[in-house]
Amino acid sequence: MIQALNIEKRYGRAWALRKVSFELGDRGFLLVTGANGSGKTTLLRLLVGLATPTRGSLAIAVPRGQVGYLGHDALVYRDLTGLENLELYGRLYRIPERRERIGMLLERFGLWEARSQRVAAYSRGMTQRLALCRALLHDPSFVVLDEPFTALDDAGANVLDQELATLAGVATVVVSTHDPARVVSLATARLALT
Amino acid sequence: MSGYAADVAALARKDLRLELRAREVVPAMSVFVVATLVVFHFALPPDSGRTAAYGLLWVALVFTALLGLGRAWVPEREGGVLDGLVLAPCDRSAIWLGKSLATLAFLAVMQAVALPAFALFFAPIRGQAIVGIVLADIGICAVGSLVSAMAAAGRTRDLVLPLVFLPLAIPLIVGGIGSSVATHGSHYLLFLVLYDVLFSILSWASFEYVITE
Repeated sequence: MIQALNIEKRYGRAWALRKVSFELGDRGFLLVTGANGSGKTTLLRLLVGLATPTRGSLAIAVPRGQVGYLGHDALVYRDLTGLENLELYGRLYRIPERRERIGMLLERFGLWEARSQRVAAYSRGMTQRLALCRALLHDPSFVVLDEPFTALDDAGANVLDQELATLAGVATVVVSTHDPARVVSLATARLALT
Repeated sequence: MSGYAADVAALARKDLRLELRAREVVPAMSVFVVATLVVFHFALPPDSGRTAAYGLLWVALVFTALLGLGRAWVPEREGGVLDGLVLAPCDRSAIWLGKSLATLAFLAVMQAVALPAFALFFAPIRGQAIVGIVLADIGICAVGSLVSAMAAAGRTRDLVLPLVFLPLAIPLIVGGIGSSVATHGSHYLLFLVLYDVLFSILSWASFEYVITE
């Protein structure tokens, strides 16, 4: 599924990632840990195709439409409502029975009541929940989550725990986190960046 | 509606909805163009003639378009949305086309204000000049949406947009002024059509490379 061999990434003169190698099989669960600045976000952006390695080889056998990515930004429009954002992504991903899927995710992540509010009025935690809805909207087979527990309250984190438990063994999952204890039981592989 | 057309329509509709909510770009462009025409009205000597007035109209239109283009990708930049759009399985050129169509609508609204103001301050607008403006708008949106996307991705976006866009817009100004003042300006209109076709194809084909690493 993923084969990374000595991948490196440089922005300008600064190296963001140095010589990282790993393999992850189909439906594997990779836990990525490391200190701030160790290259976790860079690695995840490489994995989803938002950046290309400066050196090394990276082979990923998954079509673009099957990638579900949660980044540092929510990747949603602040002046659209939560529902409108998901509707837009639902159209672009050509999701069958889009409205049902969106409604189910909004309900699950506790955003149904706030669906008609603009994202600009959401709290940071609500925006993170919406970003998770967006990342999982198209039922991706390759899920890449960068610090998914950021800004979530206990209830939100519990929903995410359940979601990750459901995904484990069904989809290929890569999660970077500063709180590895939360997902370590689900991981089939672990990568510690230095 | 085909999948591609539906994607373009959804993306353009989203931009129109954002503008209807925020009301940032079109009012600013409209005020700017009218203010510029007022300044030119007082700056231009009374016996300068129609040709000089049309020249100033085009200066006002191009710089107002630049103002709008500078804001074109701000909603995408704010939430990192461009990453989300790039990851979607749609053809990436649909993102450019949706943005170009929305920008074209903004320019049309701005010009619905600007052209009567020009007629009021300077001279009546000829039909041929309006055709020239419409054709130039297409070129401005095609090239401008590409260049502003390129600028939005960099740190020096405020510099990149005018520095790259204005040289590329010179043929549009030549064709636009020519079609506005020439008695038989059909060859200028044809020139604008050729520019639109050529640069639309180039922008459509190159957008993916501009927004991805």
